[in-house]
Amino acid sequence: MKRVYSLEDRCLNCRLCEVACKTAHSATGDTFKAYKWEEPEPSARVHVEGTNKASIAVNCRHCAEPNCVEGCIAGAMKKDPETGIVTCDKDKCVGCRTCMAMCPFGAVRVEEYALKCDLCTTGYGDGDPACVRACINQALIFVESDEAELLAVERSGE
Amino acid sequence: MIDYILPEYKVDRDFTRCVGCQACERQCSNKVHYKDFDLDVMKAHEENCVNCQRCVLICPTHAITIKRNDQAQPTSNNWTGEYIQDIARQAESGAVLLTGMGNPRPYPIYWDHMVLNASQVTNPSIDPLREPMETRVILGSKPQKLEIDEKKRTIKTPMPPSRQLDVPVMFSAMSFGSISLNAQKSMAMAARELGTFFNTGEGGLHKDLREYGDNAIVQVASGRFGVDQDYLNAGSIIEIKIGQGAKPGIGGHLPGEKVNEEVSTTRMIPEGTDAISPAPHHDIYSIEDLRQLIYALKEATRYEKPVSVKIAAVHNVAAIASGMARAGADIIVIDGFRGGTGAAPTRIRDNVGIPIELALASVDQRLRDEGIRNTVSLVPAGSFRCSSDIVKAIALGADAVYCGSAPLIAMGCHMCQSCTKGTCNWGIATQDPVLTRRLNPEIASERIVKLMTAWNHEIQEMLGGMGINAIESLRGNRLALRGVGLNEKELEVLGIKYAGEVM
Repeated sequence: MKRVYSLEDRCLNCRLCEVACKTAHSATGDTFKAYKWEEPEPSARVHVEGTNKASIAVNCRHCAEPNCVEGCIAGAMKKDPETGIVTCDKDKCVGCRTCMAMCPFGAVRVEEYALKCDLCTTGYGDGDPACVRACINQALIFVESDEAELLAVERSGE
Repeated sequence: MIDYILPEYKVDRDFTRCVGCQACERQCSNKVHYKDFDLDVMKAHEENCVNCQRCVLICPTHAITIKRNDQAQPTSNNWTGEYIQDIARQAESGAVLLTGMGNPRPYPIYWDHMVLNASQVTNPSIDPLREPMETRVILGSKPQKLEIDEKKRTIKTPMPPSRQLDVPVMFSAMSFGSISLNAQKSMAMAARELGTFFNTGEGGLHKDLREYGDNAIVQVASGRFGVDQDYLNAGSIIEIKIGQGAKPGIGGHLPGEKVNEEVSTTRMIPEGTDAISPAPHHDIYSIEDLRQLIYALKEATRYEKPVSVKIAAVHNVAAIASGMARAGADIIVIDGFRGGTGAAPTRIRDNVGIPIELALASVDQRLRDEGIRNTVSLVPAGSFRCSSDIVKAIALGADAVYCGSAPLIAMGCHMCQSCTKGTCNWGIATQDPVLTRRLNPEIASERIVKLMTAWNHEIQEMLGGMGINAIESLRGNRLALRGVGLNEKELEVLGIKYAGEVM
C-alpha cells in the first residue's frame, strides 16, 4: 500500500506538516479558524520530533498487523482490509489509551478519542495527503512500500 | 549607550492570519521571530532581519510581510539615510563595510537601452517550434583558416581543444566555501543535464563532484586552493581567475569559521584557518607571465583542455583582453561591475569597474580590429537577468555568457545581500549543516534546468523573430541592435545605431 515516508536528512523542523494536518482535520478547513476559533480545537496527527539539528516527522505506519487494532478493547480501531488504512471510529472509542501504549512508533495520541493519521481519506480531497503537499523540502513522500524500500537502498548508497 | 543603527526592515505580521505555529521562528537563522508565551503572540527582533523572505514564503497563512523601515530621514538627496547608516555602522565597528551580491547602485543598465530587431515583410521570420533552431555554441580557439583533405574528407588543420555548450549559458564561478556543497552540486547536476558547464570557483573540486568533471570548469585563482594535477585533469576547461567584477583589484577572504573539515580538504588548507586569496597572482606581473601560467596549465593537461582567463571589466579592458588572447588564452571572460559575490567591500563593489555592455562591445571590437577575434571565445559575465540580456550580449559579440545570480535565485536566493553573515536561510551561502540541508539538490537542480530551458526557448523565439536560425549567425551582428535613450558616445562605444536610423 501507499504510505507516507519521512526522510530525516531532508526534514527541516519547520513543522508545516503539522499545520497542514491540523487544517485538514478541522471542521472548517481554514488554518486560522482551526487554530483560533474552532471548538474543540482540531489536532494534528503527524508530529515532528527533534530540533533544527535533527528532526523527523512521525506518523502512522499503517502496519500490516497493527498492535493498536489488536489491543483495541472497544473495536474502534480498524484496518481496512482493502486499502490497508488504519482508522479509529471515534463513536466507538472509549479513550482507554491502550492503542497509544501499544503503538511502537508513538503515532497515536488520545484526547477525547484516539487521533491518528488516516492518510487524508476522510474527505480532504484527492491527491497526496496534506502533510506531503505542505512539506517544503520533499522530506515526506507518499509512495508504495516497495518503492520506498528501493529508494532507501538508493539513498543509503549516496 | 544609544545604538545608532536603525533596523533596516519591519516585520509586518497580520494577526488576523497568524496562528502562532512558529514555523517562521524555527526557520529564521537570524533569530528574528519569537513567541511571547505570556501573551500567546508572535513577536520579532526586527533589527536582525535581512529581508531574505524565507518566513514570508513558508508562512502557511501568509501572515508576514517584510517592509522597509521607512523611518523619516533628513530631507537631503546628498546625505541619504543609507550613507548616514553606513557611517553609524563604521563609527561603531571601525571596519570596512562588507556586503554580498552585485552592485545595486542606479548606474545605467545598457541592456535596457538596447532593443532587438525583428523580420517584417522583406525577410521571413522563423518559427522555432516548426523549424530547426540551433542554440549550440562551441567554445575555444578557432584556427585562422581550415585546410581540408577533400579526398579523405578530413580536416588537415590541427584543431585546438574546444568544448560544446547546448545552451549559450554557463554557471559562474562560485567556490565551495562561499556557497554550500549542495548549492554547487545543484549547479553541477543542472549543467550535466543541460549540456553546459558549472564553475568550481577558486575553492577546489569536492570529491563528491568529481563525477561531474566533464561539466566542470576548474578555476585556478591567486590562492591556488585545491589545485593539483588531478584537479586540473578532473575538469573540462581550466580557468585562470585574475579578477572578479564585484571586486576588481581585490582578493578574497574566506573566514576560518567557514573552513570546516570538508572545505579544508577540498581547498587543501588546515581546518579553521582563514583562506586568503591574494589580490594579485604573485607570479603574474605581465602578459608574458600570464602566458607562462597558461602554458604551464596546458602542459599539465597535455594540451587537451581549453584554458580560459577571467578578468574584471576595468578601464583598459580591451587592451588587456588583446594581451590575454596573445598570451594563449582560448576563452576570455570579462566580468562586469554588476557581477555578484559572496563578500566584497561595499565601496569597491559599488564604485570600481565598468558596465559589462560597454566592456564587451569594446573588447569584441578591439579583437576584431586586430584580426584575432577567432583565436578566442568571448564570455561576458555579471548580471544577466533574462534571456533578452543574453541575446543582446551575443549580438554585441559574446560567444556565450556566464550566469551566477540567476541560478542562485532559481535555487531560492532572494538577493538580501547578506551572504557574508554565513546564516543564509536558503542554504546557499553558508556551511552550517542545519541550513545547507534546506537546499535539496534534486529540487534545486530541477529548478535551474527549468529556468535555463525556458530561457533557451525564449532565445530561440527571439532569434526566429529576427529570421536567424542559429546563435552563430547572430554573434557580433550589432545591426540587430538599436539604442534608445543613449548619447553619441555610448552608441559609439557600443557600436550600435540609434533606434530609427536605417542601415
